[in-house]
Amino acid sequence: MEKIYNLPESLIDVSTHYCPGCGHGIVHRIICEVIDELNIRQKIIGVAPIGCAVIAYKYWDFDCCEAAHGRALAVATGIKRVRPANIVFTYQGDGDLAAIGCAETIHAANRGENLTTIFINNAIYGMTGGQMAPTTLLTQKTATTPAGRDAKLEGYPLKISELLAQLEGVAYIERTSTDSPKAVLITKKAIKEAFQNQIDGKGFSMVEVLSPCPTYWGLKPVDAVKWMREVMIKEFPLGRIK
Amino acid sequence: MGKILINGNEAIAEGAIRAGCRFFAGYPITPQNEIPAYMAKRMPEIGGVFIQPESELAAISMVMGASASGFRAITTSSSPGVSLKQEGISYIAGAQLPAVIVNIMRAGPGLGNIWPAQSDYFQATKGGGHGDYRNIVLAPSTVQEAFDLTLLAFELADIYRNPVMILGDGMLGQMMEPITISDIKRKPDSKDMVPLDKPWALTGCRNRKLNLVASFRMREGEMEKRNLELQAHYKEIVRKEQRYEAFNEKEAEIIIVAYGTMGRIAKGAIKRLEADNKKVGLIRPIGLWPFCKDVFTKLFKDNATLKKILVVEMSYGQMLEDVELTVLGRYPVEFFGRSGGGVPTEEEIVKKVLELY
Repeated sequence: MEKIYNLPESLIDVSTHYCPGCGHGIVHRIICEVIDELNIRQKIIGVAPIGCAVIAYKYWDFDCCEAAHGRALAVATGIKRVRPANIVFTYQGDGDLAAIGCAETIHAANRGENLTTIFINNAIYGMTGGQMAPTTLLTQKTATTPAGRDAKLEGYPLKISELLAQLEGVAYIERTSTDSPKAVLITKKAIKEAFQNQIDGKGFSMVEVLSPCPTYWGLKPVDAVKWMREVMIKEFPLGRIK
Repeated sequence: MGKILINGNEAIAEGAIRAGCRFFAGYPITPQNEIPAYMAKRMPEIGGVFIQPESELAAISMVMGASASGFRAITTSSSPGVSLKQEGISYIAGAQLPAVIVNIMRAGPGLGNIWPAQSDYFQATKGGGHGDYRNIVLAPSTVQEAFDLTLLAFELADIYRNPVMILGDGMLGQMMEPITISDIKRKPDSKDMVPLDKPWALTGCRNRKLNLVASFRMREGEMEKRNLELQAHYKEIVRKEQRYEAFNEKEAEIIIVAYGTMGRIAKGAIKRLEADNKKVGLIRPIGLWPFCKDVFTKLFKDNATLKKILVVEMSYGQMLEDVELTVLGRYPVEFFGRSGGGVPTEEEIVKKVLELY
């Protein structure tokens, strides 16, 4: 019998440190599948963020670099400018990309850096213990918004993808989700396009992936997926933004 | 090549290019703006990369990326900007990457002003960013030395896989002098290069296992082990890389210790004092970290006439602490310094020496 579902060559066969029901593992695997399918593993240089995915490189079987919190796109810019023949991507969470790294994100995108960014939006800070993210929803309770996010005090969920779509240097932005097998397939297709754009020299491409954090949402994994589908996607509509 | 007339900032920029460096990222700040302007013009001419990033935070992170990819990389700034770069410098030190960082110091604290100062000595030599790490710090006192030490900075950065800081000041940066340009025997970096001398560089894992550049060591004991490796490495640097210039030190009754621009001004003062039959010598640290302790130890053995040591700085006493830690009370250590834009003059140094005599 033919084996039709294999471990991607780019994915290391180890258990991850992620919590049950977390979306990071799914997206890690999708990235590896895409890299294998595009046959670019030997050209890939990944840039890992600070946050839950800080040791993403422990699961990826290709070259990787660390970046300080928020600086992934600056590090990636340095790599890609001296190694234009390599395929360089960043993997960043909402705090890394949209809060502390907001300037690096906007300016790398505005320079039209020929890079690929995978942006994991789970509306919360995971590694530090469930604090408010720039993408936290209004009324959502977190460790630092114990009464729920209040627009008067904390502002509104930041739509960084819509912001970036305004910039001329940006080639492609899509928001996807991991709330169903179908959504995961759509996410994979988007990630593949984002890498293909870099291969084709089209400029900055980003896929924002909505991803569950059952632990800090205080929900069971199944309920977290339900909340993502029924609440989070309404605030962050899916689809191609640019 | 013959002599060219150039300012200190441009000498550093040209030095980087002659060292084979093909990556510059830097944010404008006075008094070092000649460097990014020079690089913006020169780098594209020679197939290098010039980026004016959105901030100093981004600049140093871009340097980290380029260096992780095996390229010689430089960023330049002045005091307030260098404060912002401390985050990235700590990461670079932690990941054991080479990098050259230039600080053309201006007066602080805070925004201070754009006039020359030497008040970032602590920041440069004691770490600056978080964690147990050290920068190799070189302090040029002439435009020629600014060029020469830039060549050296890239060599040391690669040898030790460590950040090297060139610590100048606004006066040196702006001053023009004729200098002799030289090349090092190294092929400049290029975009299709795979650096054979940097097997750790990120080039894509073709025909080899993956490479990882990271400072993170989470498992129990791992970070302590890494820190002990770094400490052993720093000990080796202390042993091998002390640099200084000394003159008239063996028969002197008073030794002035001054670096960079102040070393140069102190030399002028010593010449005036010589004419007055005053026996004054100079130790000018060229490397600030590691500090040139060994020359002091030797001096204490060889010099029977030494009475006092005078430290002169454009600060209120920062290198002074390293001198005191070296002298350890064997001789009185006196201090004269100005900071905030004022530069101690030859006359002021002469007056101070005569008071001590």
